[in-house]
Amino acid sequence: MNIPTDLKYTESHEWVRREADGTLTVGITDFAQDALGDIVFVELPQVGKALTAGQDAAVVESVKAASDIYAPVAGTVTEVNQATADAPDSINTDAFAAWLFKLKPTDAGAYDALMDADAYGKSTGN
Amino acid sequence: MTLKATPLNSAHRALGAKMVDFGGWDMPVNYGSQIEEHNAVRHDAGMFDVSHMCVVDLEGANARTFLRGLLANNVDKLQVPGKALYSCMLNPEGGVIDDLIVYFFREDWFRLVVNAGTAEKDIAWMRQQNDATNSGLTITGRRDGDKAIALVAVQGPNARAKVWEVLPTAKAASQDMKPFNVVIVPDTAFGEAMVARTGYTGEDGFEIGVPATQVEALWNALVAAGVKPAGLGARDTLRLEAGMNLYGQDMDESVNPLDAGLAWTIDLVSERDFIGKAALQAKGQNAQFLGLILREKGGILRAHQKVIAASGATGEITSGTFSPSMQQAIALARVPMDVAIGDTVHVEIRDKKLAATVVKLPFVRNGKVLAA
Repeated sequence: MNIPTDLKYTESHEWVRREADGTLTVGITDFAQDALGDIVFVELPQVGKALTAGQDAAVVESVKAASDIYAPVAGTVTEVNQATADAPDSINTDAFAAWLFKLKPTDAGAYDALMDADAYGKSTGN
Repeated sequence: MTLKATPLNSAHRALGAKMVDFGGWDMPVNYGSQIEEHNAVRHDAGMFDVSHMCVVDLEGANARTFLRGLLANNVDKLQVPGKALYSCMLNPEGGVIDDLIVYFFREDWFRLVVNAGTAEKDIAWMRQQNDATNSGLTITGRRDGDKAIALVAVQGPNARAKVWEVLPTAKAASQDMKPFNVVIVPDTAFGEAMVARTGYTGEDGFEIGVPATQVEALWNALVAAGVKPAGLGARDTLRLEAGMNLYGQDMDESVNPLDAGLAWTIDLVSERDFIGKAALQAKGQNAQFLGLILREKGGILRAHQKVIAASGATGEITSGTFSPSMQQAIALARVPMDVAIGDTVHVEIRDKKLAATVVKLPFVRNGKVLAA
């Protein structure tokens, strides 16, 4: 299972990347896409929406099930990836390229409290 | 709880299957891509381990009389040995204990294939009825022990030809066999085989039963013949496209089978009495079982979503998924009696009400999309 070391992770299988401008890019992990199977629908949040940490932000549906995607930290949605919504199976192809949304965090330090690759790997048995 | 395993468990693992807990059974959900497996069945040949289902042999002189009272469909449709029939087995209230296929071999030997999760309940019910009616039958479940039979369903337009490569001695007996028939072939390389032209995908093919000790060799031979292993994920999308009910989802003991699209299997015409008949006659049909195709973007149709008709009357989706053949979200639904084929209804998905078209089932049959 691919778990890039330059990202942070949540227990609910989101990956998070801190960009140079301080925004956070969010997607679902390789582990999550593998567990879901063939992904056929993605619902993205509204740009400008304020989210609390752990609030449901997006939905990813595979052939077999719908899965909520949660905000890893509190913040405001600044951008969504329409390309992923238009080609949901791109998540199966490369879960770390097919990002879902970007978030401007309320607290810049919240990112540092997320799991690193090592901890996430252990939590998923990898 | 330890999961139960079929005799093909290690074969699935060797193929890299993703295994899941399926009603207490450790079963393959897919071997990589569910959609590829689905398409293999629609366009070539795929196969499923269905050994979690249970073969039940009913033996004794009163077998037919017993089944006349036990089953909602009329077993007297089986007059020629080798014929098969789909039927519900009802409780006295008219609820569905299980749906099954009954195969007729001899007047003193009928064989049922019942669902995995209900097998123990079914056998207990049949034994109770056997005692209550003094039918004197021997009722033998054949999923465990020395005489266990394991089942593989090979389905798709090329399924039969590929089976004959592996079971050449079965070809003569099965090539002119009509759908919903069965033959016992005593001398295959995998022992005595039951070869039935039945399945659950809307495609042609065979369901094959062999001694459990032989099934891994049969499975590997079918892989070598180019049959693609398919998991329970593909089995579900295929049966849903084919408009076929799944026990526990589209009907169960709490659902009137007339409301679950099964009226065609319920014999209310003949004089014959059967368990549940009086209750069904009293209840009548109160809903229709039809297909839905989602017309707006916003999600995938799923079980238990609410369906709202133009009149305001409501129904419920019982099975829903993304159809790989149609590239659309589709569902089986119990809808109000005032809904007609071609109507637009609305389905509640999360916080939205999305438009869907009501269509006749099935969606797909023999590789062709029938509803669009």
